[in-house]
Amino acid sequence: MTLAVSTVDLARVQFATTSLYHFLFVPLTLGLAPLVATMQTIWYRGGDEAWLRLARFFGTLMLINFAIGVATGLVQEFQFGMNWSIYSEYVGDVFGAPLAIEGLAAFMLESTFLGLWIFGWDRLSKRIHLACVWLFALGTWLSAFFIIVANSWMQRPVGSHVVDGRAELTSVWELMTNRFGIWAYIHVVLVGLTTGAMLIFGVACWHFLRGRNVEIFRKAAKLALIVGVPISALNLGVGSHLGVVITDYQPMKIAATEAQWDTCGPCSFSLFQIGGFTEDDQTPTFSIQIPHVLSLLATDSWNGQVQGMNEVQSEYQAKYGSGNYVPPVRAAYWGMRVMAYFGTLVFLVAAVGAFLYRRKRLERTRWFLWIGVVAIAFPYISALAGWILSEVGRQPWIVQGLLKTADANSPSVSSTTIALSLAVLGVLYLVLTLLNFVLLRRYARFDPPELGGEDDEFAMPAVSY
Amino acid sequence: MDLQILWFCLIAVLWAGYFLLEGFDFGVGMLLPFLPEGEADRQTMLRTIGPVWDGNEVWLVVAGGATFAAFPAWYATMFSGFYLALVLVLFFLIIRVVSFEWRSKSETPGWRALWTWANTIGSAGAALVWGVALSCLVYGVPIDSDGDYAGSFWDLFKPYTVFAGLAVVVLFAFHGATFLTLRTVGDLHARAEHAARRLALPAVVLAGVFLIWTVAVAMDRNDKDLFPPVLPAVLGILALGFGLIFLFRGNNGRAFTMTGLGAVSVVATLFVSLYPRVMVSSTDFGNSLTVEDASSSHYALAVMSVVALIFVPVVLAYQGWTYYVFRHRVGDEPLASPPTEAPSAGM
Repeated sequence: MTLAVSTVDLARVQFATTSLYHFLFVPLTLGLAPLVATMQTIWYRGGDEAWLRLARFFGTLMLINFAIGVATGLVQEFQFGMNWSIYSEYVGDVFGAPLAIEGLAAFMLESTFLGLWIFGWDRLSKRIHLACVWLFALGTWLSAFFIIVANSWMQRPVGSHVVDGRAELTSVWELMTNRFGIWAYIHVVLVGLTTGAMLIFGVACWHFLRGRNVEIFRKAAKLALIVGVPISALNLGVGSHLGVVITDYQPMKIAATEAQWDTCGPCSFSLFQIGGFTEDDQTPTFSIQIPHVLSLLATDSWNGQVQGMNEVQSEYQAKYGSGNYVPPVRAAYWGMRVMAYFGTLVFLVAAVGAFLYRRKRLERTRWFLWIGVVAIAFPYISALAGWILSEVGRQPWIVQGLLKTADANSPSVSSTTIALSLAVLGVLYLVLTLLNFVLLRRYARFDPPELGGEDDEFAMPAVSY
Repeated sequence: MDLQILWFCLIAVLWAGYFLLEGFDFGVGMLLPFLPEGEADRQTMLRTIGPVWDGNEVWLVVAGGATFAAFPAWYATMFSGFYLALVLVLFFLIIRVVSFEWRSKSETPGWRALWTWANTIGSAGAALVWGVALSCLVYGVPIDSDGDYAGSFWDLFKPYTVFAGLAVVVLFAFHGATFLTLRTVGDLHARAEHAARRLALPAVVLAGVFLIWTVAVAMDRNDKDLFPPVLPAVLGILALGFGLIFLFRGNNGRAFTMTGLGAVSVVATLFVSLYPRVMVSSTDFGNSLTVEDASSSHYALAVMSVVALIFVPVVLAYQGWTYYVFRHRVGDEPLASPPTEAPSAGM
């Protein structure tokens, strides 16, 4: 029995859903790890126990988050071989190396030192115990580096050549220093820090609203703002520079992102538009444009020329043979805008928060505290939209210019099989999400435990097995 | 030494490390509903593996990554071919990971029981599927002339491979029980010892038959001679036999060493039986994937060899140190006393 849907489409749906789900957990770990380590460091150096309590409090969240990230990350690693066997065989020589190195050099470090940190409070000296949380943080950042190296090779294949129909590594140095990868990596870790800072800030706002633990969470809010304001601002700049880098290597992605069918120069940036997303309907019925901004974003110059999709399409047809090289324009266009708009909102929330904090009015400005709580979601929305832009915008390629997605899936796997696994994983992920939500809500209703009480959950984070 | 052979050996080592380490934490998970008298003991059991199970699982992640990088064709055929089996593994591992984190989040007995069983089913299920999947590599599965899997999910289940899965499950339960004899005190310790003694004979018999059967399968279906596969097989049988003897003589430390050696021998026997192929084809032996054909280029292997040379000793050092830090029996020491209280639960 086979289903009518093509196996490639199903495999793509499965990859997209499981990756996006996985990426709900990654940025928070990337951000919370160094922030929790910072809290513990402040306690270690100054002896202020409020910081220790904060490190333990957010350490528990970090742990739960990390564990689900591990479980869903395993799905990602297996999935390349399961659904994309042709891809795996084609790229393993190059793409496999950073994945294997990630496991050995980074993931081992993270997992081992997180275990040491959680269970080592009374087993290790303060100094060694502090080193454990920093090594955990280092592990998470190294992990992200190798994964981004692998992904960036799909966006801009370097350090390799194609022999007998498969890619072979020729320079590991070029692979690791891919210009695309460096900028993407900076972008991703800054997103992580922003996500972590906004979570801490949001939780602090929640406590201000309830009027509990205000003294402690004022310190947390301060740290979150010190990190959140400059980092979210910096990341807007880094993201915009990444756009310039993409223009050099993936002109079609940039053109699709801007729904730019014809080559322009100087180019206006479309803030919002209706229509203009398909080949048959290239002119939007309504749009708001800002002159010169697209030129600036894509080329770093006031009057820079940006290639349109029609032109890149003819170029690619001449280069790669006939076919449609235009990615789904609507997804790329809105992916970019949701990413950028929410990224900007994050900065604004952090900036207003910092202003109110300076004026000592933060804890009393209730309307803003609610915004602070809701804003926990903003970096997530921004990051997920960014990944949709990055991956959908690369289509029809799975490896830019080398291998098409449609030619890369597993020939031996039927659509029924994928549908079955999609159902199993889909239901499992859904149940995980619901239970997680119920647990967090339950906690929100709890009163603070008595000091030294038996069920003082956060006094002993996660030794609570 | 030929880099392809080096990487075949390294992947075997990674699987052996996975069986040795995750083997006992799977075993603890399997015993979780049966061994303890009450909730306190059950939490103690979970605490014995609390600091290490996550690091143990990474051995699997690295084994997968190393196969992808060093033998892309093997990774591609095995993972796409064993598709539904791997979905099952993922399902089992995910519910197990979650059980560790969520079990303690509510006091209700129903909630606790749910996650106890999730841990047990996850542990036993993953062990079973890995036993089936790895033995399938030697036994052979349908592979076509393009090197693609040409069978169905049910082609993975033969009397030999199902037996292999069961043997691995019982072996891990035994290994977990000997681990618990070293990490617990009092009544729980007595129960762990009792469980280990009851599991010893079934484990020795099942694993012994499985190891001999594997050698026979290798000779029959993979063109191997009696030597060398018989060496790790005999080593495994001897190790488990000595494990049984040590256990009844009350030398639990040596018994655990022997069950660990038994787990390693299982992987060693499978990989020695497999070489020089990585996946045997049951339809046409000529379609089997070999170390030679499935591997990456020399340069890629060389790069990764340097990385492995640097990081494998480092990883062994800090994971070894972790076991040293947590060497005390759980329940034997005054419970962790946190320096201060933390702010309220709220989020």
